[in-house]
Amino acid sequence: MAGKVITVTSGKGGVGKSTTTANLAMGLAMLGAQVICIDGDVGLRNLDVILGLENRIVYDITHVIDGRCKLRQALVRDKRFAELHLLPAAQTRDKSAVSPEAMVWIAQQAAEQADYVLIDCPAGIEQGFWYSVTPADMLIVVTNPELPAVRDADRVIGLLENNGHKDTRLIINRVRSGARAREQLDRVTIVETLAVPLLGVIPEDDGVTASSNRGEPVVLDPRSAAGQEFRVIAQRLHGEEHPVPPEPLPFWKRFFSRS
Amino acid sequence: MCWHSIRRWFSHAPTCQEVARERLQLVLAHDRADLTPGMLAMLKDDMIAVLRNYVAIDPARVEVSIMQEGRVTRLVADIPLGPARSSEESVKE
Repeated sequence: MAGKVITVTSGKGGVGKSTTTANLAMGLAMLGAQVICIDGDVGLRNLDVILGLENRIVYDITHVIDGRCKLRQALVRDKRFAELHLLPAAQTRDKSAVSPEAMVWIAQQAAEQADYVLIDCPAGIEQGFWYSVTPADMLIVVTNPELPAVRDADRVIGLLENNGHKDTRLIINRVRSGARAREQLDRVTIVETLAVPLLGVIPEDDGVTASSNRGEPVVLDPRSAAGQEFRVIAQRLHGEEHPVPPEPLPFWKRFFSRS
Repeated sequence: MCWHSIRRWFSHAPTCQEVARERLQLVLAHDRADLTPGMLAMLKDDMIAVLRNYVAIDPARVEVSIMQEGRVTRLVADIPLGPARSSEESVKE
């Protein structure tokens, strides 16, 4: 098996990288795919908590790199889906414990055992960014419809382009609807400006905070609007045809176009 | 609150989204070119100084800006040829 390595990145912190990684990993596992997600944020791990797997950790990624255990021993199996595994980051070490070469070595081993390897990239464009993106076959850049997040996404996309990464996709997270949508940057501007294919748009959803606190990604909740979109994006990644719907029109335009 | 909305509607003051859109384009143009607004102004002054060795130009009408087309960034200079207008003639030495 030679699985696909997908790194989720953003430049700016707090836009929803780990949430996106957790939900897409679980969404793909729900489709029956074998998934290994790797927490790239050595020193500040959180993917374990978002997935609700923090109590099952024995080894972490640095143990594998140092040869103290095999990758198989360090993988934490999800309690809900047997298809989903997590390779946790170390919490008490820093990013100098991982090199791009080590990450490539780990990602290759993981790709032999899984259909998808999802790497959660840390914020910033330093060492952690480089070792997380180096093994990737595909990059997912997560942004929010606000100026600072889009600016940083542009910087990251530029860096990836200059380093020969060809397959970069965009997810716009925390998108509001209704009257408050007009306080945010619109989707068309973001997509045209960043000039990478749009993979999906996740609505702002109050349930996401609670789900992170509970350790149950929203993709598990059939009533969650964000969860629904994560399920659709997972299906798109898995090769199912789901065209991205166009930006909803403001209500007055919808009213006039109804003829 | 309501009055503000009505006034904004009639005065066509830019919305939050329009402001963000314009600022985004400008910020990205400078980021991508790795050229700050201050450096761009210095570049413009230097260009004018060099050009004046060859042609007559009016510095006040020279425009140098950064343009975006997709992910391609261009430095665009608009330099109308011809001496400064008569109003500024007296200032010239």
